[in-house]
Formats: sequence, C-alpha cells, structure tokens
Amino acid sequence: MKATVRLQREQFDAAAETAKLGRGRVDIGALVTFTGVCRGDEDGEPIAALTLEHYPGMAESEIERHVAEAAERWPLLGVTVIHRHGRILPGEDIVLVATASSHRQAAFAAAEFLMDYLKTRAPFWKQVEKADGKTWVNAKATDDAAAERWAAPERQRETAE
Amino acid sequence: MKLKLRYFAWVRERVGKPEEVVEVPSNVATVGELMTWLATRGEEYAYAFKNLNVIRAAIDQRHVRADAAIDKAGEIAFFPPMTGG
Repeated sequence: MKATVRLQREQFDAAAETAKLGRGRVDIGALVTFTGVCRGDEDGEPIAALTLEHYPGMAESEIERHVAEAAERWPLLGVTVIHRHGRILPGEDIVLVATASSHRQAAFAAAEFLMDYLKTRAPFWKQVEKADGKTWVNAKATDDAAAERWAAPERQRETAE
Repeated sequence: MKLKLRYFAWVRERVGKPEEVVEVPSNVATVGELMTWLATRGEEYAYAFKNLNVIRAAIDQRHVRADAAIDKAGEIAFFPPMTGG
C-alpha cells in the first residue's frame, strides 16, 4: 500500500494530493477524502487565526502507526495524510485524509478511523487567536467517544473499569 | 537519575520552558509519581501540574499511562489532551 504522511507549515492542494493518490491506477474503485478547514468563528465569536503546536517526531510516528493499523483493518490501496502546524487563517485547510480502496466501505471507514485518531491521539494542540487574546482549545468528550468506538473490545473493557 | 523532560501547549506555558533535564529522586518510579514530584518544584510547576487527571504523558514519543515505569525512559513529555485534526 502506498502511504504518504506529511507534516508541514505551508498550505497544501487537497485536489492535487488526492489526484496523485489515484494517478495511473485502475484497481482503485473508491477514493474518499476528508479536508478539515479552519472556521472563522469559535463559540459565536470571530477568530483571527488558529495556531497549531505539535510534538515533532511523535506526531509523525503516531500518524504512521495509525495508518499502518488502518491498512491492517481494511483492504486499502493508498493513504495520504497531511497535517499542517503553525499559524492557520480562517478558510485555510488544516488537515487532509485521503483513502483509496477497491470498494467504498473500506475507504469511508478508514478515513473516519484516521480522523477520529488524529483528533485524540496525534500530539497536536490548537490555540485560538481572538481580538482579546489567545486561548487553548479544550478537548471534546465527543471526540474521545468517536475514537473509542474503534478500540478493540479488550481496550474498551479496560477503559470502562 | 537524569531525565529529559519536554512540555507542550499550556503545560509548556505554565512551566515556562519547552524542555529541561532534571535530576529525579530515586523514589520516583512512575509517570504519576514524577508529576507529583514536579508539582513540588515551585509555583509554576504547581500551577502546571495542579490537575493531574488532565495531563497526558509520553515516554520516548509513545503515549503512556500514569502507572508507566520511568526507569528506562530517555525522554518524557507532558501535555494537555490533544486537539489536532
């Protein structure tokens, strides 16, 4: 399986990255892409920008580990994950997850699995810049719940205890 | 034991530095005990490690729980719950 994992400050071209994943291949029947975009408001207030801090090295290895896990769970033909860090303006893309498979179920499921894990396990932290200053974004319980549903039964039991 | 510590996001801001090397007392054996000990090192540490339940840790860039042993650690990082994606 062709896997691309990239962390970068610069903007990326989601359409071009997705096209690259499928170029010259006839075995791919389904290509799912998710693009996370920086919203212009937070809790009803306008924001100036988001700043993403990350743990260099660990961020890459956590994403690569989860891409490898996705490839074990679903018959994937290609995966691309691009995550930006640094200052990001409203309207700009933050993250791209693209998954390719022969059929849609695997591609949809793997893309959702990867996004749920990126939200809760990849070491990135968002800071919101508003007119009155900067604040760190709080983690959401709904994101934890979304990631937890992919966990193996043993782990779910462990967490419940 | 000498340990390299790294801090991220508001843990880094509260401690006031991104990383440091500390001499850890020999009775500190786990990540949880290390956080409790760090909290005694001054006001900024007490503030950063006030609520241990919300702080996550990694040993050598892998997520670990508070009961993880630190004796084989090269680098230990502390940070808030992650908010990427």
